[in-house]
Amino acid sequence: MRAPLLAVQGLTKTYRSGGREVKGLDDVSLSVAAGETIGLVGPSGSGKSTLARVVMRLIEPDAGTIAFGGENLGALNGKALRTVRKRIQMVFQDPSAAFNPRATVADVLADPLRIHGLASPAERPRRIAQLLDSVGLSANLAARPVHAVSGGQRQRVAIARALATEPELIVLDEAVSALDVTVRGQVLDLLVRLQRERGLAYLFVSHDLAVVRAVSHRIAIMDRGRIVETGPAGTVVADPQSETGRALVAAIPRLHISHLNREASQNA
Amino acid sequence: MSGVLTSLRGLTVTYGSGEAAHMALQGLDLDILKGERLAVIGESGSGKSTLALALGGLLPPEARIDGRIDWPGFAAPPRAGRDIGFVFQDAGASLNPVIPVGRQIAEVARLHLGLSRPEARDRARALLARVRIPDPDSALAAYPHQLSGGQRQRVAIAAAIAGEPSLLIADEATSALDTIVQAEIVALLDELVHAEGMTLIFITHDIALASGFADRIAVLHDARLVEARPAAELLGAPGQAYTARLLASHIGLDTPPLIAEEQP
Ligand SMILES: Nc1ncnc2c1ncn2[C@@H]1O[C@H](COP(=O)(O)OP(=O)(O)OP(=O)(O)O)[C@@H](O)[C@H]1O
Ligand SMILES: Nc1ncnc2c1ncn2[C@@H]1O[C@H](COP(=O)(O)OP(=O)(O)OP(=O)(O)O)[C@@H](O)[C@H]1O
Ligand SMILES: [Mg+2]
Ligand SMILES: [Mg+2]
Repeated sequence: MRAPLLAVQGLTKTYRSGGREVKGLDDVSLSVAAGETIGLVGPSGSGKSTLARVVMRLIEPDAGTIAFGGENLGALNGKALRTVRKRIQMVFQDPSAAFNPRATVADVLADPLRIHGLASPAERPRRIAQLLDSVGLSANLAARPVHAVSGGQRQRVAIARALATEPELIVLDEAVSALDVTVRGQVLDLLVRLQRERGLAYLFVSHDLAVVRAVSHRIAIMDRGRIVETGPAGTVVADPQSETGRALVAAIPRLHISHLNREASQNA
Repeated sequence: MSGVLTSLRGLTVTYGSGEAAHMALQGLDLDILKGERLAVIGESGSGKSTLALALGGLLPPEARIDGRIDWPGFAAPPRAGRDIGFVFQDAGASLNPVIPVGRQIAEVARLHLGLSRPEARDRARALLARVRIPDPDSALAAYPHQLSGGQRQRVAIAAAIAGEPSLLIADEATSALDTIVQAEIVALLDELVHAEGMTLIFITHDIALASGFADRIAVLHDARLVEARPAAELLGAPGQAYTARLLASHIGLDTPPLIAEEQP
């Protein structure tokens, strides 16, 4: 087996507020290979976002290590950290909260290009148009304020922004959860296509196990700060070994077509 | 099922006026039957919440209603809170953060059923048990922030049914919850409707969730009613291309994966 792209070991994070302690992460280890999608599922409060944020170094863990491309992220700082940061990007659930409301689509996409010195001011418009094109958006959208595009378009802008630094890993935290089923399908197709074309890896966080199943190679199930089960997506869904896994599978709403038809014909 | 609870004819709702006018519902014809579980599905912005607010007489002042909403069984138009109970997506926001949940439920019962304070408190306790909040006695004194999201949603349901409404409208009441809690709440709503003979309007993005228990499904698209038919019929053979498209975009466990299965 190749060395994993991302490997976290023994991550622990305890939140303390008002005398209460909550274990956000309790000895979590997980790896993601290049070009692989790991789906991370679990009930509300199980620690999914905490893990995503620790990987992004938006939160410092109490203990544990994060290695990316063989380098220990915790030991890096300054220029070395910035270089690695470029290779990992994140997309959140609600893209409007992640953008300055007065910014235009072009501003949003110019930021990472400027911060990481990826395109000169003269090159930026062309690069922005390319980024928009890669997520299936028209370059005409560039001049619009981000609040004046639809939710699905905004989420694609967020993905385009994440792509700007040509990352190897994108952490998606409930990135499609707020979207309509129709728009959600488009965004998922886009993510899968980008993975095929560029060998991107995803850490795909969601509480919707059916969606996770559709896009993940492997699935990790979290509960109360711990990973309680990991395995190939098909296997985990077909035969969950943990109690949490079984509860999540059982709770997926199913389209009751055949069942209803049977009832209808009996009533007829 | 015995007759029509409410009958909508040419129901049109317009927000704003002049240049800014926006039609959120356009010419809706629909009868909602007593005791039925009607799911309303459709994309974001299709007009689902507008329909709920129009039924409850809760539209904001900038909204104009055209067409008719008739309530054949009522002498006077039904009142939200008493005859119509609402549960919204964000129950945390509809509960008052500084009042214990028991008192919030009791207030509804006192106001609408004319109960005395002790009677209302007993009813609140019974309702908390009814929505299966563990240890209802101590839960009476709990503040909303001391409950989990799923528990707050149950409390919101208890408050919504405290006035014994004949119609309960749940607008994305389970969308913010994880699927395990979601399944529990849906089962609870289903059971309440059966036991209390209430009519339920269940608004959701999630067609699979609706398919699990609705008698009938109404599909909204761009302010119009696409179709409203018995759930089995509509799911088995969608009458409209749009409904078929909505059904096809559903992702379930049996949806073929979008990726090649083998590991990279
Ligand atoms: N800043 C914080 N302070 C205190 N507790 C926190 C904080 N952030 C998260 N928690 C707690 O840590 C636990 C894990 O939270 P986290 O947000 O990681 O869960 P999650 O799996 O992403 O849940 P959801 O599906 O609801 O998004 C929860 O019990 C949460 O209440
Ligand atoms: N107070 C308002 N003023 C102006 N326009 C409004 C107002 N409320 C809703 N709208 C518009 O009316 C249309 C229908 O909105 P509505 O909230 O009924 O949709 P919905 O189907 O409930 O959507 P969602 O699934 O996103 O909740 C939308 O285009 C919306 O932007
Ligand atoms: Mg989260
Ligand atoms: Mg709505």
